[in-house]
Formats: sequence, structure tokens, C-alpha cells
Amino acid sequence: MQIEKDITLNFGPQHPAAHGVLRLILDMDGEVVTKADPHIGLLHRGTEKLIEHKTYTQAVPYFDRLDYVSPMCQEHAFALGVERLLGCKVPVRAQYIRVLFSELTRILNHTLNIGTQGIDIGATTPLLWLFEERERIMEFYERVSGSRMHSNYFRPGGVAEDLPHGILDDITVFTTGFKKILADVEELLTENRIWKQRTVGIGIVSAKEAMDWGFSGPMLRGSGIAWDLRKSQPYDVYDQMNFDVPIGKHGDCYDRYLIRVEEMYQSLRIIDQCVNQMPQGPVKTEDGKITPPKRADMKESMEAMIHHFKLYTEGYNVPAGEVYASVEAPKGEFGVYLYADGTNKPYRCRIKAPGFAHLQGLDFMTRGHLLADVVTVISSLDIVFGEIDR
Amino acid sequence: MIMKEIIATIKSNCEAGSEIQILDAIDQAVLAPLLLALRDDKTLRFTILTDLFAADFPDRSERFEVVYNLLSLKLNKRLVIKIHTKESAPSVASLFSTATWYEREAFDMFGIIFDGCPDMRRILTDYGFVGHPLRKDFPVTGHVQVRYDETLEKVIYEPVILDQEFRNFDFVSPWKGSEYVLPGDEKATQ
Repeated sequence: MQIEKDITLNFGPQHPAAHGVLRLILDMDGEVVTKADPHIGLLHRGTEKLIEHKTYTQAVPYFDRLDYVSPMCQEHAFALGVERLLGCKVPVRAQYIRVLFSELTRILNHTLNIGTQGIDIGATTPLLWLFEERERIMEFYERVSGSRMHSNYFRPGGVAEDLPHGILDDITVFTTGFKKILADVEELLTENRIWKQRTVGIGIVSAKEAMDWGFSGPMLRGSGIAWDLRKSQPYDVYDQMNFDVPIGKHGDCYDRYLIRVEEMYQSLRIIDQCVNQMPQGPVKTEDGKITPPKRADMKESMEAMIHHFKLYTEGYNVPAGEVYASVEAPKGEFGVYLYADGTNKPYRCRIKAPGFAHLQGLDFMTRGHLLADVVTVISSLDIVFGEIDR
Repeated sequence: MIMKEIIATIKSNCEAGSEIQILDAIDQAVLAPLLLALRDDKTLRFTILTDLFAADFPDRSERFEVVYNLLSLKLNKRLVIKIHTKESAPSVASLFSTATWYEREAFDMFGIIFDGCPDMRRILTDYGFVGHPLRKDFPVTGHVQVRYDETLEKVIYEPVILDQEFRNFDFVSPWKGSEYVLPGDEKATQ
């Protein structure tokens, strides 16, 4: 008779269900996971080190490349941090634009998450439908910033450019159509027997565990903790927005799925409010020492010319100090801790990524589950390696 | 005794309404009991360790700063606690499970040893990496580069070869400007 032995299984780093370059070392007892040891860092690019060698203006594009499915939310955190150090005020229109695009970004992120989670579990159709909608959102990205993904749009002091003509009407058209698509996706998944069999009671996180493991965003709300930075520590014009924060009961993968779907409906509400309330006015602070002048002004005004030259060579100096700025990114709390030393480059720029803490919880969440459930849990964590490995 | 004073200060600051407070240079020996007290205190409840990271200040006698970023959901307040160290710090992984990876990262990036951390492997850098990249004396270009060697048919490591000299653009103006006010200078701030 053979004695049964635990086996060690290598999962990834090239595996479609690993959502990026995750290498998992799984200890298995038969088909049951006894220990999961994620090996990360395969996408480590030294972002924090690079930012120390770049000016504040040059640092913004690095934030697009962290969590590359929700770029603008991360620029937002950096912009808020730098603005707090500079003590500069952001025009109201810019704040509305930022909130509008933060919420579009939330939809961008959640559609990818739900679509790929569907694929992992065996549902192909939602992905196809949702990717079409993602493409529409990326078109809005392109129209405001010139780039589909790495937009570099939210800058300290406001946003790079004003909205192009007619985009608000097109966003309204999009939100109307998207509600229908979302309802269709829900019809396929929410009450689907297979979907429920695969997600209900899988990867349960209690409220205590969620806090102990430093979770945030839907991972924390899924466990029944009512915590959303947009409500509790509102930034920009979120305090004027009317929206609800969905909370889970059981802390399993199914609850987190429901929360993400509901968050998209709430995002649509916020988008509608932004579109309707959007005031006219400037879109970046008028302090010429922080934001570049208009092209036309440079032809006329010597001072604008000097500002332009100084901003694109030396950049602007940020007064010495420390600041922590965080936003409710689609994946959870995304924060930036800046040490400024009075020069034009940050002395240290710490990036707090929500996915890092979430992936660490994979071990306790998958213990005792089957191998197939590991895939469900990974997709429910909503991880992207750009932000985990930085 | 010191701890009670610290907690009393934190409480009064929380009541005064400061959203985020920073406690600098906490004694290493006090750290773990302080975090435990803050976590379990009924009025404070700093139950979430949002972030743990380090920073390098080579000019200081104790060059590293380890920063603990705590969040209280109950009070909606943040608390940043810092300790200064030469090379090691006490681990708080027994208080906050999430600290393990953050401590691994701080070890990987700065070489700070966390006493009592259950897992002190590197986390973000390559297998077999040498050095601690976020230290200020580590060059931004690194020391080694990898490529696929056609003849050996494997990926090999070799010292970094820069095709052009690394250029550190230091645009900080050498002219700080005069202290006195020239006529018309007041318009610049308008």
C-alpha cells in the first residue's frame, strides 16, 4: 500500500487565471489546499525608487502604470497629496471632472473584474459584453487625455485639459446604455445556479479577519463593515454627491461580486449628478508656478513663457513636509505617503496599494478549499500586479 | 508610564479633531505594547494597520525610519507612528497579521531586520537578488541586468552596461533669488 503524501503544486507565473504574473506555491492534500504561498515581485519595476529621481510632474504617469485597470484613481491620490503640501486650491469644475472620471474608472475596473471572474468560473458571455463597454469608457479616456489607458490626466492643481465639446452628452448616452448591459449581465450571473455554486461560501472573510489583514474597499465591505473613504473622509466634491455604499453580509466571493455590481449602479448615479451639476470655469489652479499656461498665452505674455519654461525644466518646488493622501480606488484604499524636502523631487514616495494586503490574505482564505476555488478567490480579490509589485 | 502619557496625548488630539496625527521617534521597546494598547483600547480602536514602510536618511545616526500607519474606523482617524533604527526593529506581525508582508518588503527594500517576524524572506526583488534597492546609496540603474543568451540557451545575469552615462538632471535653480523686494515683485504673488 502506498502512503499518501502531500504534494506541492506550482501555479503560474504564466497562468491565465492568475490575473497577471502571480506565482503560487500550493501545498495540496489531494485536491484540498493546505497552504498557499504567493511569490510576487515578478512585475517589480522599482516605481518608488524611480519617482525619487523624477520631478513631481514626471511622477504622475507612473501612477497610471500601477493598477493599470484603474489609472485615474491613482493619479488622484498623488494629486491630492501634492496639493495638500502645496496648499493650493483646485477649481470646482476640475473637482467635478475628477469625480466624474474616478467613477468612470470604477466602472472600468469592476467590469474587468466581473468579466474575468466569469471567465475563470466558466461564463464567457459577460466578458464579451463588458469589454465592449470598457472600450467605450476608454474612448472617453482618449478624448480627454489622448490616451486610452495611461492617461496622465489628473495633475496636481486640477486636470490637464478641459473636457472636449460634447463629451458630457456622450457620457449620458453611455450610462443609459450601460445600465441595460449591466442588467443583462446580472440576469446571466446573479441568480445563476452554477455561479452561486462556485462563489457562495467560498473564501469567507469575517469582519475581524478583514481588519486584522488590513483589507479595504469591497473586501472590507463584503465582510459587513460600512467603510468607504468617499463617505468617511470625502475628497474633492464627493461630499456633495448622493450615493449609497453597499455592504455584504457573509464575506464570501458572492457577496463581493454583488457589492461590485451595486457599486457600478451607484457610480452611474454619481456620474449623472456630475454631468448635471458640472459648473463652468477653469480646470486647473491659476497659480502659474504650479500649472502650465495656455498655449495662446505663451505667444503674448512673457511671464507665461517663463512659467512654461520653468515648469518643464525645473518643475515646481514643493515645501518640505509629509503628507498621506488616500482615495477609495475601485480595489480599496489607495494611498500615497510623500516626504517632500523642499526641492522639485519627492524625497520618498510610498505607495500603499490595496492589492498587496489582499493577496497576503489568500493563504488563510483558501485553506481547506479545492484547487478550483483558489481561482475563484484570486479573481474575487481583484488583484492587479502593477500595483502589488510596484 | 511613558505609554500612558502617549495614549493620553493621542486621545486628546483625537478629540481636538486632527484627522491625522504623527508621533515621531517612539522608543522601540514601547512600540509593540503601544500598538496593542491602541488596538484594544475601547475608545480608540486603531484596529487596522493600513501601511507599514520605511524611509532612509543616511545623514542621521539612526538612518532608517519605520512608519506605522494606523486607522481607526470607530473614530475615523489616522495615526502615524514612527520609530528610528540603525538596522533592526521589533516585529508587530503577532498584533496585525498584515504586517508580515509589509515587514518583508521593508527588509527587502532597506535591509531592516524585524525581530520576531515569522517570515523574513525577500518579497519583491528577484530570487537571489543582492542589495537593498530603496536605500539612498543604491543606484537607480541597479547593479545587474538580465538577458537571454543564445549560445548558453538560458537567461544570464551580467553587470549593468550603460550605453550612455546615467544623467541625473538636477534642474533645481542655483540662483535662489534675492531676499530684498524689487519694485514689481509684489505682482508675482497676486
